[in-house]
Amino acid sequence: MNEKAMLVDVSNCTGCRGCQVACKSWNALPAEQTRNHGSYQNPQGLSPYTYTLIRFQEVDDGRGGVKWLFRNDKCFHCTDPGCMKACPVPGCIFKTPEGAVVIDPEKCIGCRYCYYTCPFNIPQYDEQTEKMSKCTLCHDRVANGLIPACAKTCPTGAILFGNREDMINKAYSRAQELGGTASVYGDRFLGGTHVMYVLTEPPGVYAKLPENPQISTGLVLWKEVLKPLSIASLIGGIGACFLYYIIKGPKRPEFEEGDKSGE
Amino acid sequence: MKVSRRSFLKISGAAITAGGLSLSLEQEKACAKTTKICFAKETVTICPYCAVGCGIIVQTRHGRVVNTEGDPDHPVNQGSLCSKGSSLYQITHHNKNRLTRPLYRAPGSSRWEEKSWDWVMDKIANNIKKTRDATFMERNILGQIVNRTEGIASVGSAAMDNEECYVYQKLLRSLGLVYIEHQARI
Amino acid sequence: MTNHWIDLRNSDCIMIMGSNAAENHPISFKWITKAMERGATLISVDPRFTRTSAKADIYAPLRSGTDIAFLGGMVKYILDKNLYFEEYTREYTNASFLINPGFKLPAENCGVFSGLKGTMTREGYINGKYDKTTWSFQKNPDGTPRKDKTLQHPDCVFQLLKKHFSRYSLDMVSDITGTPKDRLEQIYRAYSATGKPEKSGTVMYAMGWTQHTVGVQNIRTMAIIQLLLGNMGVAGGGVNALRGESNVQGSTDHCLLFHILPGYLKAPRASQPTLQSYNEKNTPETSDPMSANWWGNYPKYSASLMRAHYGLNTNLEEAYSYTPKLDDGKNYSWLTIFDEMYKGTIKGFFAWGQNPACSGANAGKIRQGLARLDWLVNVNIFDNETGSFWNGPGMEPKEIETEVFMLPCAASFEKEGSITNSGRWMQWRYKATEPPGEARPDGEIITGLFYRLKALYEEKGGKLPEAVTKLTWDYGFKLPGDKIRSFDAHFVAKEINGYFLKDVQIKGKLYKKGTLVPGFAYLQDDGSTSSVNWLYCNSYTEEGNMAARRDTSDPSGIGLYPRWSWCWPLNRRVLYNRASVDKDGQPWAMKKPVIWWSSETGWNGDVPDGGWKPLSAGSESRYPFIMKPDGYARIFGPGLTDGPFPEHYEPLECPVEKNLMSKQLVNPVIKRWDKEGVPDLDLRATFDSRYPIVCTTYRVSEHWQTGVMTRWQPWLLELQPEMFVEMSHDLADIRGIRNGDKVTVKSVRGEVAAVAIVTSRFKPFQISRNTTHQVGIPWHYGWRQPDPEKKEMRSANLLTPNIGDPNTMIPESKAFMVDVVKGGAK
Repeated sequence: MNEKAMLVDVSNCTGCRGCQVACKSWNALPAEQTRNHGSYQNPQGLSPYTYTLIRFQEVDDGRGGVKWLFRNDKCFHCTDPGCMKACPVPGCIFKTPEGAVVIDPEKCIGCRYCYYTCPFNIPQYDEQTEKMSKCTLCHDRVANGLIPACAKTCPTGAILFGNREDMINKAYSRAQELGGTASVYGDRFLGGTHVMYVLTEPPGVYAKLPENPQISTGLVLWKEVLKPLSIASLIGGIGACFLYYIIKGPKRPEFEEGDKSGE
Repeated sequence: MKVSRRSFLKISGAAITAGGLSLSLEQEKACAKTTKICFAKETVTICPYCAVGCGIIVQTRHGRVVNTEGDPDHPVNQGSLCSKGSSLYQITHHNKNRLTRPLYRAPGSSRWEEKSWDWVMDKIANNIKKTRDATFMERNILGQIVNRTEGIASVGSAAMDNEECYVYQKLLRSLGLVYIEHQARI
Repeated sequence: MTNHWIDLRNSDCIMIMGSNAAENHPISFKWITKAMERGATLISVDPRFTRTSAKADIYAPLRSGTDIAFLGGMVKYILDKNLYFEEYTREYTNASFLINPGFKLPAENCGVFSGLKGTMTREGYINGKYDKTTWSFQKNPDGTPRKDKTLQHPDCVFQLLKKHFSRYSLDMVSDITGTPKDRLEQIYRAYSATGKPEKSGTVMYAMGWTQHTVGVQNIRTMAIIQLLLGNMGVAGGGVNALRGESNVQGSTDHCLLFHILPGYLKAPRASQPTLQSYNEKNTPETSDPMSANWWGNYPKYSASLMRAHYGLNTNLEEAYSYTPKLDDGKNYSWLTIFDEMYKGTIKGFFAWGQNPACSGANAGKIRQGLARLDWLVNVNIFDNETGSFWNGPGMEPKEIETEVFMLPCAASFEKEGSITNSGRWMQWRYKATEPPGEARPDGEIITGLFYRLKALYEEKGGKLPEAVTKLTWDYGFKLPGDKIRSFDAHFVAKEINGYFLKDVQIKGKLYKKGTLVPGFAYLQDDGSTSSVNWLYCNSYTEEGNMAARRDTSDPSGIGLYPRWSWCWPLNRRVLYNRASVDKDGQPWAMKKPVIWWSSETGWNGDVPDGGWKPLSAGSESRYPFIMKPDGYARIFGPGLTDGPFPEHYEPLECPVEKNLMSKQLVNPVIKRWDKEGVPDLDLRATFDSRYPIVCTTYRVSEHWQTGVMTRWQPWLLELQPEMFVEMSHDLADIRGIRNGDKVTVKSVRGEVAAVAIVTSRFKPFQISRNTTHQVGIPWHYGWRQPDPEKKEMRSANLLTPNIGDPNTMIPESKAFMVDVVKGGAK
C-alpha cells in the first residue's frame, strides 16, 4: 500500500513558519504584499501564492491567562474530494497513488467550482493566470521518495509525513497522551483525508476549521444521484431511440405546410 | 518518515562538494524529471542567521542556485529549518537587491556613484593612512608607549567567517586601532 | 553555551528566561520537544507571552529588568528548603571558602557592598567604584584559601549567600517583579527538583539577560543556582547563552572587541610596556598544588599569538611593541565609540557587516555621529541604514561631509571558511556559487586593503610603518612578488591552529618545523610555536581540517556527535565535565554520563576537562574548575565590578521611585552618560510621568537583527511586513488604541511609528500594588527598506538608552520607559 498522509500535531507547532517559506521556496511561489493587521498571521489567508500558512489565534485559557494556538492550514487531500467531483474538466483534478489531490494547471479552466464545493474553501483563483491552485502535497517530491517541503523543514515534528496507517495510529496515540480536549481530526470524514490533525482544543475553536466538514448536499445530489441518473437517462434515451429504430425504422422528415405558415 | 541522506542523494543524483567526506557519492541513475533538483550539484553550508548552526544544502546547476533546503545529515537540525533558514534561496544571486558594485558617495552629495574596486580601495587605503598618521599616538599623556590611534574605529562582524574575523582584527590592530567592537557587545 | 544544542534533550527541566528560543533559535525546539517527550518540564519566564511560552508547561510574566529578584527568590527557596546538591556545593564550589570579616552585604551597608566610593544622591550612589579589599578570601599560611567544609562558619560563602538572599522573600520578589506568588513558587519547586544528583536542569538565555545595567549579575544569579543544584558540567545542564548571530561565538573567540585579543587574552595596557610585564600582570598564580590554574599557561598563548601576527619578521617583544596599548582603566567599547564619534574625535569608521544606525542603543546619537565622520566604509550584501545614513530621515545630504564607501561582499555560501555555533562547534562551509556581480568575499577585501596599506607605508613611510609592513600575510598560494593569488581560508585556519616554527622535542617526541601543532598543550612561550587562538589549537592538524568532519555516529549515546565538525576546546562538547562525576570519577547521573573513569581504560566519554585522575587520587588529580586559579567554581565572585553576589537594582529607566530592596535605586557603578540638567542626546526618564510605560525590545522568527538581510527578502517580509508594538487590552483601552492602529512609541530620546498589536499576551503588572504597563517592540526595522521614500522612523533603538552594564558595557536595551499614543510619528 502506497497511501501516504500528513499529520499536523498542533501541540508541537511553535509557529516558526519554516513550513510557510519552505513551501514557497519549493513551489517557486512569489511573496504577497502584506500589511500588519494587528497579528503575527500573514498572509491573512490562503491564496494562489500561499498554499499553506500558520493561523495564529489567541484564546482564553480559563485561568486568567492565554493560549496561543498555531495551526498549519492547507489542503486536506480528501479521499473523497469535493473539488474533484465538482470539476467539469475530466482529469483536471486528479488523485495520485499516494493520496494527493492535485489540480493540473494545464487543464484548469478557472471555473472555481472546486472552491465552492470544497468544505474548507481551499482552492484559490489566480486572476493573473485565470487558474485555480492549491497545495499539491509536494507530489513531485513524494513521487521521488522525498517528503513534502513543509514536513521536511518542520523543526519539532509538528508536521509528519508517512504511511497513512502509521499516521493514524500516531495521531490517536498522541491525542490520548495529550488527554483533555485533544482529538484527531481528519480521518473520519470525506472518506478520510490525507492531511490530518492532532488538535489540542475542540475543532470549533480553530479558525477556518469546520466541525463537521461535508460536501454540499447539492453537489452530492448532482454528482451522486442526478449526474448518474442523467447519464443513465441519456443512455436510456439512446437505447430507446435505438429500439425505436429497430422497431419502427428511420423516421422520415415530414413537412407540414401548416407548421411553417407562421400564423 | 525521515529521508535519509542516501535517499536524498538518490533523488538529486548529485555530487556533493565536501572536503574529507567519507561518503561515496557516485551519481545514481534514478532521477525523476519532475524534481528541479535532478542532477543538481550539492554544496553543504551552515545557515547564516542564528547560532544554532543548522546545515543547509545549496543545489546549483551551471553555477545558478536551483534550490536550498535543510541538510538531513546534520545532527543538530536533521534537515529542518525555520522560516529564515528556509528562505536562503532569496539572498542568492536571485535577489536583485544584492549589492554588486562598489558605491561611492562624495561629501555633500545626494547620490551614489558606481566605482571600480581599484578606485575605491586606493581611496580607502589613502584615507586610512591619512587619518592614522594624523591621529597616531606613540605615547599617552602619562608618557607611556601606547602606539595607537583613536581616530579610526571599527564595528563588525559576527557575519564573517572565523578566518576573516582573525585577519580583520590582525590588520586593525597592526594599524593601532583600539576602537574595535562588534555585535557581541550589543 | 557550556553545553550544546542537542544536549537540551538530556535535560529534566529547561528554563527559558531572558531568551525566546522558539522564535529566535527555532531549531532548539527540536531538542526541547524531545526532552519534553521524555517528561522534562519547560518553563518560560518573559514579560510577554511568546511562542516559547505557548509551548511551556509553566509560564510566568515578570517586569523587564527584575530578573535578579526573580532568581534571587529561587536561591532563597533552594537554601531554605535544603534542596541544594550538598556534596557538589561543598566540594566543587567556593561555598566553603571564608571571606574577609570586613566584607559587608548590601542589607547592612545602604544597599551596596563594602568598599564603594561614589557620589551620593537621593537615588543612592552614582558613578561609583568599588575598592574590593574586603571582597577577599581568607588565606591559610601556605597561601591556599581557608575553608570550612561544614559550611557553618559565619564568614563562609555559603552562610553569606544565605544571609544575602534571605531578603528575597516571595512577597518581596512578587512586589518587585509583578509575578504572582503562586507562579513563583511553582517555578522554584519545579526547577530546584533538579538538585538531585541524577537530575539536571538547564537555562537558555540571550539578550534578555545581558542587555541590562545588571546584565552580568543576572547571569551570575543563575550560575549560582546551577552550582547549588549541581547542574554544571552534566548532560542536560549548564548555563547556555543562545548566541544570536551565526558566528558571534567565533568572532568573539577571535576577539573583534576592544578588551581582548584572540583566545580571550587581555588587550595590552599602557602600564605593560613589555611582553614580559604583560604576561606577569595577566598570569594568575595558585599556591594549591591540586589547582590546575589553566591560565598559568598564559605566556605560551600570548607568545604564539605574537608569532601569528608577525611571524619570524620580528622577535616577540618587537611584535608586542607594535600591538596597541589601552590606557589603564579606560573603556573603549561600543558606547564610547559612538560618544566619541558624536563629539567628532573619530574621523574614520568601518561598519563592516554591521548596521549600527539601527542596532546601536540611542541610534539617533549614532546617526548624528556618522554625519561627523570624514569617511565611512560600509561592507554589506545589502544597502542599509548605516551606509545610507546621509539619505535617511531628518538628514540633509548637502550638509553632510562624510565620504561614504559601500562595498559589496559575498554571502556565506559564496566563499569558503568556518563559523562557530553557540555550542562552540566550528563548522566548515563551502562555496556553492560565485558572488553576484563584482561582490567579493570579506577576506579578499581585507587582503586588498592590507596590500595597499603595506605598499603605502613602504613607499611613503609614516607613523610606525613597521607595525603594518612587518605583518605576515601568508593566506594563499603566492604569486611572484610575494602577494597571494587569492584569500584561502584553509591557510588562515591552519595559522589559527598554529605551527611549530622549529623542530621541537616534547615529551620525547620530535615535532618538525612547519608542521601543525596537535593541541594547545604543545604551545610554547619561547616563540617556537605560532597559534592565533589557543582555544582553536587542535582544529586543523596534520590529520586534516577537523571542522569539516561529517561523521554522524554518536558513540556517547547522549548526542555528543564527537566526529561531526569540531568543538573548542580540544573537541570537548560539555565544558566543566569533570564536575559531572563524583570523587571517584563515577557520574552523578548514571543514565546520561558525560565522562566516567575506569581504572583500566582511564576516562571514557567526552574529552575530559584535563586528563588527570579523579579527585580521590589526591595529588595526581586536579580540581574540576580548571579555569579558576583556585580550581573551585565561584559562588562568591570577587572579579566582578559590581559585587561578589548579585543584588537587585532597578533599570536606569524604571517605573518606580524606590527600589523596594534598598535605598540604592540603580546599579551604583554604571558609567552615567546623562548629566543632570544637560539636555543632550544622553537623556534619561526615570519615574517620569511623561514616559510611564515599561518597554522592551526583541526579535521575531521571521527577521534577523536589524533586518538588513531579511527585510530584502520578499518571503520574510510577507510574514512580518512592518514595525509593530505589542500591548495589553487594558493599555490599549486607556490610550484609545485599537488593534491594527497606527501608533507612535516615544521615549525621551526619540520616537518611532508602529502598528499596534493589542493582545492578551501582554498583561499589566502589579508592582508594589500599582498597575504598571509594559509594551514590546521588535528591532528589525528601519527606514531603508521597505518603503524608503516614506523616510519613516522605525528603528526600536532610536528609543533605547545608551547606558551599559558596568562589567560588559552592553547597553540596556531590554528595559526603558516610553509612552504610546495613537497616530503617526511626527
